[in-house]
Amino acid sequence: MEFDSNKPIYLQIADAICNRILQGELKAEDRIPSVREYGASIGVNPNTVARTYDTLTDQGVIYNKRGIGFFVAENAAVNIKNEAREKFLKEDLPNFAEKARLLDISKEEIIKSLF
Amino acid sequence: MIKISKIYYSYGAKPCLENISLDLEDGKIYGLLGENGVGKTTLLTLLCGLKPVQSGAIKVDGSVPYKREPVFLASQFYLPDEVAAFEAKAITFAHDKGIFWPEYSEETFLEIMKIFEMDPQQKMNQMSAGQLKKTWISFALACRTKYLYLDEPTNGLDIPSKAQFRKAMMSYTREDSVIVISTHQVKDLENLIDPIIILDNQDVLLNASVEEITSKLYFDYGTTLNPDSLYSEQVPGGFIQVYPNTTGEESKVNVEALFNTVHKHKELIKGIFSHE
Repeated sequence: MEFDSNKPIYLQIADAICNRILQGELKAEDRIPSVREYGASIGVNPNTVARTYDTLTDQGVIYNKRGIGFFVAENAAVNIKNEAREKFLKEDLPNFAEKARLLDISKEEIIKSLF
Repeated sequence: MIKISKIYYSYGAKPCLENISLDLEDGKIYGLLGENGVGKTTLLTLLCGLKPVQSGAIKVDGSVPYKREPVFLASQFYLPDEVAAFEAKAITFAHDKGIFWPEYSEETFLEIMKIFEMDPQQKMNQMSAGQLKKTWISFALACRTKYLYLDEPTNGLDIPSKAQFRKAMMSYTREDSVIVISTHQVKDLENLIDPIIILDNQDVLLNASVEEITSKLYFDYGTTLNPDSLYSEQVPGGFIQVYPNTTGEESKVNVEALFNTVHKHKELIKGIFSHE
């Protein structure tokens, strides 16, 4: 796995797992690898993967069956989309608007090229 | 659990390590960083009991390493930077030496050799430096010790071996192990080591988890310089800069930039990370 940008590694791993869920590669109730298995497959410290799993658990994307392992949650895809939608509205869209303003691109031009 | 309290060691009159105190916890992979000559290798040899501390104390699960009690020795493995090239085949060497470590597994040795694409039937004195290192790494991991000290393990490894090394480290070390890796090859091990220790001759400049580091320092890969930057370095497309994290936003640690920041602002960094 290649890591880039200045996003912490544990969040980049979370993004990768969410993408696999959104693309249907991982489905609800699928088991995901243990912290150590996953760490080994991507060459990352298990503490880092443990933080990823904590975060995804908090977001309702995965859940822990005590003693068995981590599984994809029933509503994982919906929860990921809600989270991503909020981030899009709060962060991506204002950045986009700011950039358009800097480049003197009008609302009409944007709408025209988008739709 | 390792407790290092105010240790002192010198070669001749000039102190090598002075007043160093450090706690190392179970289940963690420590990255031991420091400039040339600050005593990283000396510290590892003191931890495994090859030398006695000249003052202060080291306790490893309550034992004093330099007493070199057999049970204690069987619980640790120290892999030095330079390793011996025996005349034996790799498998014979592992088989004969493995008996000293109760948890040694030949199966594991062969599995790791396979990850490294190494032939266990090859004689060690006919190997290249990198192949020899891979044989020793395979053996060190196959001993499955609670304490594992690796001095510059990726030195001399070719490009594919570095990813193989990370995989082997994560797959075959014990969950309760205390692992200390000294290294200058921070790019090789950036995602493997956590916590990070930065050593100076007379001081531990930093001993913090990645989580703590990113909560206190922000690593910015942008195009504009921040006036509060503690350290900045020009790279194609902008800067890598490090400044105190005031917003709580998390970033990705760049170990090289971290090291340089810590060295440039020793006292300030110690203050930021002080737990008192």
